[in-house]
Amino acid sequence: MTIDRTPLIEADDVVLHFPAPGGGPLGLTRRSVKALNGVSLSVKPGETIGLVGESGSGKSTLGRALLGLESVTSGHVAFDGVAVSAKNPRGLKTLRRETATVFQDPMNALNPRLTVGEAIAEVLRVHNKVPGPEVGKRVAELLSLVGLDPALAARRPKALSGGQCQRVGIARALAVEPKLIVADECVAALDVSIQGQIINLFLDLKERMNLTLIFIAHDLSIVRRLCDRVAVMYLGRIVEEGPTEQVFAAPRHPYTAALIQSIPEIDPDIVLPEAPMQGEPPSPLNLPSGCSFHPRCAFAKARCKADPAPTLRRRDGHGWACIFDPGQLPSPATATRLTTTGEHP
Amino acid sequence: MSEATLDRPMPRRFLGRLTAGVPQPMLIGGAILTVFLVLAIGAPLISPYDPVYQDIAARLAPPSLAHPFGTDNFGRDILARVIWSARVDLQIAVLGVIFPFIIGTATGTIAGYFGGLTDTLFMRVVDVVLAFPFLVLMLAIIAILGPGLASFYIAMGLVGWVSYARLIRAQILVLRQSDFAMAAKSLGFSHWRIMFRHLLPNAMVGSIVFSMSDAVLVLLNGAAISYLGLGVQPPTAEWGIMVADGQAFISIAWWISTFPGLAIVVLAFGFSLLADGLGEKLGVRP
Repeated sequence: MTIDRTPLIEADDVVLHFPAPGGGPLGLTRRSVKALNGVSLSVKPGETIGLVGESGSGKSTLGRALLGLESVTSGHVAFDGVAVSAKNPRGLKTLRRETATVFQDPMNALNPRLTVGEAIAEVLRVHNKVPGPEVGKRVAELLSLVGLDPALAARRPKALSGGQCQRVGIARALAVEPKLIVADECVAALDVSIQGQIINLFLDLKERMNLTLIFIAHDLSIVRRLCDRVAVMYLGRIVEEGPTEQVFAAPRHPYTAALIQSIPEIDPDIVLPEAPMQGEPPSPLNLPSGCSFHPRCAFAKARCKADPAPTLRRRDGHGWACIFDPGQLPSPATATRLTTTGEHP
Repeated sequence: MSEATLDRPMPRRFLGRLTAGVPQPMLIGGAILTVFLVLAIGAPLISPYDPVYQDIAARLAPPSLAHPFGTDNFGRDILARVIWSARVDLQIAVLGVIFPFIIGTATGTIAGYFGGLTDTLFMRVVDVVLAFPFLVLMLAIIAILGPGLASFYIAMGLVGWVSYARLIRAQILVLRQSDFAMAAKSLGFSHWRIMFRHLLPNAMVGSIVFSMSDAVLVLLNGAAISYLGLGVQPPTAEWGIMVADGQAFISIAWWISTFPGLAIVVLAFGFSLLADGLGEKLGVRP
């Protein structure tokens, strides 16, 4: 483990608000979607971190903000110690040269008019990764690296399956020779059998190339399988963050506990707990006062609503943003049984 | 496969392969355009008479074997003039579309991609152009530049680009949010590359189809402008002018206006069919 090294990418109190559509003829009453509300996260080289949360929790937005694809409202993102912002084109350029993204919908992430080979070759040429005559060879190399037949280079995305497209997406990301890959729900659109293959590919690549990986997913079992560390997001805040096994075995935030309890088990004899969490997350247009989880929290007290949102507290490398201390929450019974996806080292 | 193709005569096999998977409207439209193209290119060989030769003795002759489409009030052969006109009118249809297409595509792409102030500026210009009736604006520009085809093309370019700009912009706005655009951005590609290599090729299909039906409108516009005496100048043969000239004699010599009018209709029909088939083939509706 490379825990003690300086972070590769760091977000410091990042706030990101989008203007919401509508808001009157002059936009006077325009509200904003509060996608990120003060997120701090640091990822060390070689680490795999999972970002989990319900849809709308801001996990994808955080991924995009980290890559400089969205400009932040306030706060800072630094890559390799260099600040990344629209005002610092050099930082942005370094970031773009050394990071890559793998997207959710493999078909849409590839330009439908370019063949697979052209798409990968373009990256190699733009970044001058290999001398011109060797581009074709490198494309073939990358395709075999992700387990594809190099002959597929002549195909267009339409002529490939979802799993193959996702492999191409990964090959294209690897063409940059990135230090960091952000995978945004990259298996959610795939069949379960293909999901396993892609996860194994990531595990394999991670080991071989010492990749740093930010893995955005709502599937907790995949995150548990793949990630060293996990950050749980709720309404634009990180509510819990720590080593994967610790978080899954003993969640410290009621939201994490509820999420883990909600995982459907493959064993039909196990009765799922009755609705560990009610309803859906509140609208990010109109955040609840205090801790934004209090309307759905089974343990909410009066001060959860009245006091400002609790900040992330940290003990033994495991942070949580709740007024309760670890152990004060009833430990979810399901957490200990959550090994259906295989043993994690 | 070889068995089936062996006993077929060679030309049919070639045609069959060429037209496989092409929608029928596109075939018919393409055939019509090809005929006009052949007429235009081969006019000196095909045309039975010189289009400007005046045979005063045979003035206002009705269609006959010697003059299949009849003659006009100067004794000029209508068939010859209709054939020679194909050169001018095809040129009008093609050039009258190309200039607006290029200008509109470029502005639409830039406006849609950059958004914000750039977009607002470009789109306000579009609104200004659209605020004027199309033909009135065309006439005003041609009146300033002086009559003639060159002025017509310039006016077409200045006025016609707005529809392309709007079409392309709308497409780019959607595509800009797509994952592959995001991917291109995150891979550090330049704006130029993202716009013209990634977004535009995917945005253009709709406007290519539109350009086909636009060719019809341009053709009719060209005819209208020539009819008003601001486009092609006499004695050059042009369908619009011929229709205009024949108007005075419509009650005694119907053929002067009718045949060039029919030529416009058929060519327009050809473009429409091509647009229709192209839309079907590329998966968009014009």
